[in-house]
Amino acid sequence: MPQNEYIEESIKRHGRRLDHAERKRKKEARKAHKDAEFAQKVHGLRAKLYNKKRHAEKIQMKKTLKMHDEKSAKQKTDDAVPEGAVPAYLLDREGQQRAKVLSNMLKQKRKEKAGKWNVPLPKVRGIAEDEMFKVVKTGKSKTKSWKRMVTKPTFVGDGFTRKPPKYERFIRPMALRYKKANVTHPELKATFQLPIIGVKKNPQSPMYTQLGVLTKGTVIEVNVAELGLVTTGGKVLWGKYAQITNNPENDGCINALLLV
Amino acid sequence: MGDSAPTATAAGMVLAQFQAADGDATGPPLSLPADITAEQLGFLVNKFLQSEEARPYSFYVDGTEVVRSIQADILEGAKRSAEERLTIVYQPQAFFKVRAVTRCSSSLTGHTEAVLSVSFSPDGSQLASGSGDTTVRIWDLATETPRFTCKGHRNWVLSIAWAPNGRVLASGGMDNTVRLWDPSTGTALGGPLAGHRKWITSLAWEPVHINPKANRLASSSKDGTVRVWDTTLRRCLFTLAGHTAAVTCVKWGGDGRIYTGSQDKTIRIWNGDGTLHKILSGHAHWVNTLALSTDFALRTGAYDHTSHEPKDDEDAQAKALERYAAAKGRGPERLVSGSDDFTMHLWDPAASNKPIARLTGHQKVVNHVSFSPDGRLIASASFDNSVKLWDGATGKFLASLRGHVAAVYQVCWSADSRMLLSASKDSTLKVWDLRTKKLKLELPGHQDEVFAVDWSPGGDRVASGGKDRVLKLWKH
Repeated sequence: MPQNEYIEESIKRHGRRLDHAERKRKKEARKAHKDAEFAQKVHGLRAKLYNKKRHAEKIQMKKTLKMHDEKSAKQKTDDAVPEGAVPAYLLDREGQQRAKVLSNMLKQKRKEKAGKWNVPLPKVRGIAEDEMFKVVKTGKSKTKSWKRMVTKPTFVGDGFTRKPPKYERFIRPMALRYKKANVTHPELKATFQLPIIGVKKNPQSPMYTQLGVLTKGTVIEVNVAELGLVTTGGKVLWGKYAQITNNPENDGCINALLLV
Repeated sequence: MGDSAPTATAAGMVLAQFQAADGDATGPPLSLPADITAEQLGFLVNKFLQSEEARPYSFYVDGTEVVRSIQADILEGAKRSAEERLTIVYQPQAFFKVRAVTRCSSSLTGHTEAVLSVSFSPDGSQLASGSGDTTVRIWDLATETPRFTCKGHRNWVLSIAWAPNGRVLASGGMDNTVRLWDPSTGTALGGPLAGHRKWITSLAWEPVHINPKANRLASSSKDGTVRVWDTTLRRCLFTLAGHTAAVTCVKWGGDGRIYTGSQDKTIRIWNGDGTLHKILSGHAHWVNTLALSTDFALRTGAYDHTSHEPKDDEDAQAKALERYAAAKGRGPERLVSGSDDFTMHLWDPAASNKPIARLTGHQKVVNHVSFSPDGRLIASASFDNSVKLWDGATGKFLASLRGHVAAVYQVCWSADSRMLLSASKDSTLKVWDLRTKKLKLELPGHQDEVFAVDWSPGGDRVASGGKDRVLKLWKH
């Protein structure tokens, strides 16, 4: 195999043939015909590969043409009026306090009435009981197996007191309890760590909702007081729903998307 | 007094002397029953002054208002002794009473972007709004429908101002131009008045009692200059340059001077011919807003609550001068400035370079200040969610009106100075009663922040507009 850049070196030393440009132009001009001839002749796997390559090339070409068209077309950028008009007294403060978007309580209420959630994750993987719970053997000779331990992260409210261990059917381990969620506001594109107020619905089963199990797709209520959203009536809004978008049991944190 | 005088019962008697607001004693010292009420005091004062029409008055003893009776408010409320002589200061109230707005009479859609400014014409018969969709709209108040859409600006319309005779509407925009409109036809009066290099922040017309033709307009701009335009010749008369940062507010005073507040922390006062008269400095941060004690009289010009139409320009000038003199009273024209340093300063610009008082108390930026139409009170709107009330003459703190849950953007007085309206980021308007200093009414309805509000000079309507693109009209 040739080593080093000997061709470039030669061109540098001796220059190109005198008719190099001419030959190149002619070759270019002939290329379309050559390609067409090849395209008609080729068959089998090579044809398949060739057609695929040609297809991709054509797409790329169309895109480039379109881009050039756009570039040469007249732009009306000067006339474009920016959105989000603010009065003169807020113009110099925009950077400081524009981090708010209309929160429409009415819309949320209407949605609630319909009982349907237009949620980002409409479908979730079913989780069977034997994945969710671990059987805890009890009794002197560990023969009884009515006790369950939840193996998924849970939310446990502030006022919760455990039942006496003798009667406690479900154990929610302390290590898997969460109080805060990283909630992303889809319109602001900003993420805030907000306290969880409660579990609104776990799509797996109503029992999981009751237990406060946090799995992917669970709708939780979060405290948005610090975002400063208000209702149309001028009241500060503090509870809002969000859907969990990650697998908390794998990640060790809860990421959620605010439902607006 | 007849049967209106209460019988002196267990309450006892007090020795009192009536005094006008400017310090003149009225009538002889009187021995009055202590449980005499404010209405009965009003009856007495009207008798002393021999006014043919019974005028309502409010009464103060050392700054404490007599709301119920002397017994209840002064002797028990303010712990004054019944032995000493009380000086009862009486302040005339407006003859008419504005009824509080209570309901939304219509939501006018049409603007396709946030409504940034709303203004009633000086006689209260017309309404205009400027919006982020680059249009100025003029609304028909009788049917509450859109009347004209004035297109011409090429960017947001930030401020609008009616000429004090109501014949021209000026609008200033983000496109660095001022435009003039004929409100009766909705057409532009010529092209744009160009010259500013950045957007227009505020507009002010020359008062009608100085110039009955009302053809001079001052516009302040972000570029740090103020330009004064001749609106008939359509050219810039002179430029007031000197501020080193954006000019946030311009006011044209009743004595012909132009007041400008700027982000360079100073207030400059200019003579009517464009020369600098004075620089008032004292603020530690941007000056956001200015208000004059005669603002209401200057704005409404020759129009008052009697709906008397001036015959011609001279008549209008005479009437406006009379109203201006009445609003000014015997004292000087006062100026109040609200600033980013969370304070306000009350100035007597004619007398001194030093402020009369420094009004502290707000915990965030003061965004808007406004004198009551009678010039006796100042209301200030701040981003700390509160509206505060101050004495218009001394700058003494009177009350804090709390209720909004987000920044208060604008305040607006009713024409009789008995009520105050505030517009806030929390999407509500609130009506405050000045007598009780409490919330009177809450007006929810906007879907988003309320940017602009105006109470018509006649007091019959309120118009408000905000980020939800709807202009709402409120009525009793």
